[in-house]
This record gives sequence, structure tokens and C-alpha cells, in this order.
Amino acid sequence: MHDLTNAFAETFGLLVSLDADLLEIVGLSLWVSGLAVLIAGLIGVPLGALVAVARFPGRWAVVVLLNAMMGLPPVVVGLAVYLLLSRAGPLGPLGILYTPTAMVIAQAILVLPIVAALSRQTIEDMKLEYEDQLRVFGMGPRGMISTLIWDARYSLMTALLAGFGRAVAEVGAVIIVGGNINHVTRVMTTTIALETSKGNLAFAMALGLVLVTIVTAVNALVFSLRHTATRSAYA
Amino acid sequence: MLERGNLSIAGLAFEEARPEVRPVIGQNIRIARGARLLLDVEELIVSGSGVTVLMGPNGAGKSLLLRCLANLVAPDSGTITWGGCPPDRARAARLGFVFQRPVLLRRSARANIRHALRAAGVSRAEAAARADQALAAARLSHLSRMPARMLSGGEQQRLAIARALALRPECLFLDEPTANLDPASVAAIEATVIAAGRSGTKVLFVTHDAAQARRIATDILFMHEGQILERRDATSFFDVPKSAAARAFLAGDLVSEAGTDLDGAFGSGA
Repeated sequence: MHDLTNAFAETFGLLVSLDADLLEIVGLSLWVSGLAVLIAGLIGVPLGALVAVARFPGRWAVVVLLNAMMGLPPVVVGLAVYLLLSRAGPLGPLGILYTPTAMVIAQAILVLPIVAALSRQTIEDMKLEYEDQLRVFGMGPRGMISTLIWDARYSLMTALLAGFGRAVAEVGAVIIVGGNINHVTRVMTTTIALETSKGNLAFAMALGLVLVTIVTAVNALVFSLRHTATRSAYA
Repeated sequence: MLERGNLSIAGLAFEEARPEVRPVIGQNIRIARGARLLLDVEELIVSGSGVTVLMGPNGAGKSLLLRCLANLVAPDSGTITWGGCPPDRARAARLGFVFQRPVLLRRSARANIRHALRAAGVSRAEAAARADQALAAARLSHLSRMPARMLSGGEQQRLAIARALALRPECLFLDEPTANLDPASVAAIEATVIAAGRSGTKVLFVTHDAAQARRIATDILFMHEGQILERRDATSFFDVPKSAAARAFLAGDLVSEAGTDLDGAFGSGA
């Protein structure tokens, strides 16, 4: 009990003093997950929109696959990226295993199906309402996709934030391809796992608090975005 | 298409005004659902200008016919042509369509019009100018920056019509655009539609409201059970409806093809 109290005191000490190691780790976490979501968004949103608008054979299979891949286990994604990037793997010569780049790739792969599947759903719903009007305007698939993406912007942002929440909180993928190397690839989740097993509870708890705060803030942002959008009838 | 190219080489001023989608022609249009024939129209030619009202009871096939002609619904059989050739996307914007429930984009009122113009290939600067003109003509300038979906029902429909007219269509199809609107909005929309018909646009206006048809129509197409029963100028139609169905409809006795409910849900509008 006494230990735990001490740990709490130390936790707040770390947070209040803005410990340099702590900031570095939080910073890398945000950077890796942010970049991963950016990449996933740049690919996933247009991909989701394309699947929503285009009619091609096997479309339903793509939809089912995207939805199924939303639940990809992070460790499996980590393993797959590891195999790709390891020295014997096809992308081994790049030499990026155990770097933040590898972590970004793994998380982007993890988040991409989430962003794509949610975008597909959102845009397909909106297409039901818009399609006839957009055809009357003489728009083809391209014009429809860009119009729908813009008009669904608030819902799509919440899809991206959902992806970010998933990425920043996962540990399985980044620990496999990042290796949890001090000052190089150590992010919040991997550090919490390591420090807890080392018995350094204060540092783990401090990071845990930061992580929970970030995840809560992201959800608050989602909520307020929805609220703003609804109020101006843009949702 | 060829003629158009020649004319633009000659640089004639009226090149822009050359009809591209008129006449809109439907031939042997049939749509069936099971044993029921929803639409059965031998020939319909939409050309010239003025307001043609497509009238008839609910379920007569008015909206379906309008959607077929606008290339939004493919008939089971029969052909649609715009200006002599099959409908295509490049000319779609020359035929405006206003839905019963306006479909407005999640943008400002002005951006709604601008986006439609941009999609039709109008330059950025001209689209902005024409959007402002269209809003002014519809007396919606003061709402230009408002999110379109925040407008009232009447304002939304007026915006949808202003947006359709901003594209300077040859034909404007309206599918019961004033259903569920207040009298002031209805009057504003009718005035706009009549003005468009007079300034050279061919308006095809679907309604089951005989009083409204009397106010705006230059001629009438009366539909019943998927068929066009009468096509005549408005005055003579209302003076002496020839078909029994039209007489019953105007007397308020014809409600649906089943003919069971004779309670007069439609006013005669006299």
C-alpha cells in the first residue's frame, strides 16, 4: 500500500515536471499514430468512397472483407509487417525494421480497414440520398466521389478519429516491428508494458494517465464534431 | 452534335442557345411490376417552351414517367431520346430536375448553386457570379451563407429550383415540388415556374392538384393508370375534359385506379 502511494506521488511528479523521457515517449506515440492515420485516411477514404459508388462484380466480397478486417488483431498485423521487413523478407533490404517508420506502416495497415469500412458505410448511406440529384447534375463517378467525400466530411473525420484511438492504444503491432528500443521506438503502450513488468509503476501509471486522457480527448472531439455538424445540419 | 461544332466555328452568337436535349421523346415506354403495368406510354414529345402540367391521381405513373424521361429510371422497354440521340451524361445538366423533397448538399445555399455550376463545367468566377444572380432572382440573397439544410422547407425548395435554373436548362422537370409547402412558398414557386416557361424553358410539372394546374399550365397531360389519356391546351381541358377519368378526377371522384374511395380527396379547384 505504501509503495502504491509513493508511486502515485511519483506519477504526479513526473507529470507536473514534464519529465523529458515521458514527453519524448508521448511525442513519438502521437507522431507514429498520427502519421499512420493520415496515411490510412489518404488511402482509406477514397477507397471507401470508390467501393460505395462504383458497381463492379465482387463488390459485396470487398465490403465483407473490409468489414472483417476492421477487427484485425494488432499482433497479427505486427507479425505480417515483421515478416515483410525482416532481413530475409521481401522488404528486408530497406532496413527499416525496428524504426518508427516500421511502426507507422504497421499501424497504417491496422487502421486502413477501419477508415475504409466506415467511409464506405457513411458514403453509401449518403449516396442513397444524393445519387439522383448528382446524376441530374451530369456527374460521373469522379464528381460523385468528390462531392460525397466533402459532404460527409464530419462523419469521415469521426472515422479518422476512431482510427486514431485504435492506433494510439494498441501495443501488439508496434512492439513487434518497433522492438521497444529506448529513445528510438518506445511509445506509450510499449513502455507501459515494459515498465510494469520491471516494477517501475510510477512511470507506467503516468503514461497510462496520459494515454487515457488522450483517448478521452479524442472521443470528446468526436462528440463535439458531431454536435457542431448536427447543429448546422451538416451531419 | 456536328451542327453544333460547325456553328461554334462560325462563332455565331446563338450557338449557346442551340437545343441539345429538346425535344425529349419517349416512345413505347413500359414499366411493369408483376402483373401490374405502371407505365404504358406510346409516345410523348416534350418540346418548345411553356409549362406542361402532368396531372392525374396518385399512382397514375406521373413521377415514374418524369424520371424515365430524365434518364433516372430505365424503362422495361421503349426508348428515350434527348435531341434525337440517347440520353448521355454530358448533356444531363441541360435538363433540370427538382424533386418533391429537395436534395440539398451539406453546404451553404450559395455553395449549393456554385457546386452544380462547377460540375457543369462553368468557370470558378462565372459560377460565383451566376450563383449570386440566381440567389437574388429567387430572393434568397440574405440566406446565401446559411447552411442550406437549415433553411425552411419552402426556402429549401426555392433554393433547389434556383439551383436548377442557374444551370440555364432547356427543360425543367418538377416532381410535385410544392407538396407540403405553405401558400406563400407555393405562390413564389409557381411564379418562378411560369416565368421560366415564358422565357423559353420547357417546364414539365407534376401535380395532382387541379387548382394548381389551372394556375400554371399552358397545356395538360392527363395520366391515369400508367397511360396518357389526354393531351390538350389547359383551357380546353378544363372546359371540357374528354375522358371519363379526367371528368371524375376534376369532380373529385377519382382517387386511385382502384376507384374504391369516392370521398373526393382531390378538390375540383373551381
